[in-house]
This record gives sequence, structure tokens and C-alpha cells, in this order.
Amino acid sequence: MRNSRHIEILVGAFMAAGLVALFFLAMQVSNLGSTSTGDGYRVTARFDNIGSLKVRSPVTMAGVRVGRVSAIDYDSTTYEAVVSLHIEGRFDQIPEDSFAKIFTAGLLGEQYIGLDPGGSESYLTEGGELALTQSALVLEEIIGQFLFSKAQEGVKDE
Amino acid sequence: MLDPLARLGRAGIDTLEQIGRGHLLLLGILSGFADLARRPRLLIAQLYAVGVLSLLIVAVSGTFVGMVLSLQGYYILSQFGAEQTLGVMVAASLVRELGPVVAALLFAGRAGSALTAEIGLMAATEQLSGLEMMAVNPVKRILAPRFLAGFISMPLLAAIFSALGVVGGYFVGVGLLGVDDGAFWSQMQAKIDLQGDVRNGVIKSLVFGFVCTWIALFQGYYAVPTAEGVSRATTRTVVHSSLAVLGLDFILTALMFGD
Repeated sequence: MRNSRHIEILVGAFMAAGLVALFFLAMQVSNLGSTSTGDGYRVTARFDNIGSLKVRSPVTMAGVRVGRVSAIDYDSTTYEAVVSLHIEGRFDQIPEDSFAKIFTAGLLGEQYIGLDPGGSESYLTEGGELALTQSALVLEEIIGQFLFSKAQEGVKDE
Repeated sequence: MLDPLARLGRAGIDTLEQIGRGHLLLLGILSGFADLARRPRLLIAQLYAVGVLSLLIVAVSGTFVGMVLSLQGYYILSQFGAEQTLGVMVAASLVRELGPVVAALLFAGRAGSALTAEIGLMAATEQLSGLEMMAVNPVKRILAPRFLAGFISMPLLAAIFSALGVVGGYFVGVGLLGVDDGAFWSQMQAKIDLQGDVRNGVIKSLVFGFVCTWIALFQGYYAVPTAEGVSRATTRTVVHSSLAVLGLDFILTALMFGD
């Protein structure tokens, strides 16, 4: 009887250790701890070009993550990308004339949306839209512009 | 002249017969789960034999695999100045692949071979026939609790493997190599997805637990009841389980992460 109780305790400890490990993987290793579920609001922003922005990319304000990109759609009448941003509920004082820009973290890093606060007294709410946006910088376009301007200089010199 | 053709045919029929027997055995085991609810003691004893006794090797391997991953990853990543992403690399490779796969290979070697040897010897010493003489169904009484114990233990062992691997990687990366503590965890949490990575890893380990235990029980139950037969069956268990795990892992990875 004692022996079987001993085994039961060990099995219980094993199951508990396994569940603790799963819990650790869910909370500490993955992003469950940092994603807000449900609470928060959704705003949209239109961009001419989103570069390589992806669903779940971070949305930051002054470098602090305030939300995530929840969906990316394409508007076929205006030829623009419509990006839905899920902003966490506790960041409810973002001026509605804020400026949304697509940045790149580091030279090769992922792209994210940075919000610059505007001066408006009214704040963004569910379903609001960020009217002022700046597209992603596409490396090829910048190089193209650079080459073009160099070529122009050459024409002037002659 | 038709001999080679006949041999081929016989091999085909034998293979089909094996597959059929395996599935019938599985059906018998699954139908034994109802009886198992009335005898939880049987399950607990097997959880001890299959799970608790495998714990040590899985825990030690997990820690060391995580530590080595961290060392090797740091070497490569530091060449690109990307040491900060060490946590992502260690956690992603453990949770997605190494956790389920290496834990399953260890499980096949540690628990699967023991199951085959035990059941094979039971058959060789006619204990299984003895049970049948007493109107006890050996498939339900002996195999069902072992199967369920393997199916439950495998995901838990894989989770312990991954978790200890991440902790081992943390100690080497942050403690030994001087990667920033905050960056290690925050990058990991930003990139590892609960649905995409952790859940898929658990699904993999469930599949591996199912297959490994099934193979072990099948080989034991149909082992040739001699010393040599049991020894061969034990070897086959380890070889077949390992191949099945590696093959299934490719298919599962292609299905889960292949888009």
C-alpha cells in the first residue's frame, strides 16, 4: 500500500512538472503574456505601400508597443493598402490626427508602424481612421531616385 | 521462373497482414479504455513506468541540447551582430522541432523498448495466454493502460524537454556568453507564437507518443516467443519508432509550417 502511494506521488509530480513546463512555454516563451485578448480598439490606416509589413507586426508610440497589426487588406478602388491596427485598451488617449509611419527596425529588421502624436484634443476610438500616413521606404525606389538625381546632375554639367 | 514474382506477392501480402493486425490491435486497445476508467490504478502504475522513469534522461538531454544550441547559435549569430535573437533561435528550434522529435527518440529508446521487452516476455512465458485462460482480455488489461500512459506521457516529456532546453540556453547565453537578459526574453516572446509554435509542437508530440507506443506494443504482442524473438522485436521497436518519428516529423512540419 505504501509502495503504491509512493508511485502515485511520483506520478503526480511528473504530471505537475509536465503541466508547469507547458505553462512556462505558453507564458514565458510565447507571446500569451503580452497579448491583450479582446480589450482594446481597432483603427485603420491607408498606405500607398506597406513594404513587408505583416499581420502581428508591432505598433509603437515613442518606441513603446501599444498594439499590433490585426489585418491587412487591399482597396481595389483607391489602390491602397488598408491596415487594421489593434490598439490596447489602456492606450486610449491617442490624438486622432496622429501620424502613422512604417519604419524598419535596424537595417534588416522587421517592419513596424510608428505613431507620432498629433495635436488634436479628441482621441482615436473604435473604428477610427488615421488619415496621415507615410509609406514604407522601399530600398529599390530610394536607389532609383538616387541614380536618377545623379543622372540629372550629369545632364546639368554638360 | 515465376518464383521472384511469388516472393514479391508474398512480401506484399505479409506487409498488408502486418498493417491489418496492427490496426486490429489498436482497435482492441482503444476499446479497452472504457474498462480502464474503472481501474485507474493500472494506468498510474504504467504512467510511473513509462513517464516518471523516462523523466531523468529527458530532463538531462533537454538541458544539454538547449545549452549546446545556445553556444552554437551564438557563434553564428554574433557574426551578423544578431546575438539579441539568440532567445528566438533557441526557443523556436526547441518548441517546433527538437523538443517533440528528440524527446520522442529518447522515449522510443527508453520506454518503447522496455514495453516491447516486457510484453514480449509475458507472451514468451505464456502469461498472456494464462490471462486469457482466466477470461481476462490481455489486450484490454495489459496493453490499454500502457498505450494510454505513453500517449499522456509523451507531450508532457516533450514540454519538459523544451522548457528545460530554454532554461539551459538562457544560462549559457545570458550567464556565460553575455547576451542581454531583457533582449533574450523579449525577442523570444515577440517572435514565438502560442498558436503557431507551441500548439503545433504539442500536436507533434501527441502524434509521436501515439505512434511510438503503438509500435512498441505491436512489436511486443506479436514477438516470436523466444529469447531471440524478443530481442529482435525490441530492436525493431527502436528502429521503426525512430524512422516513423523522423518521417512523420517531416510531413507534420510541411503541413504546419509549410505555407
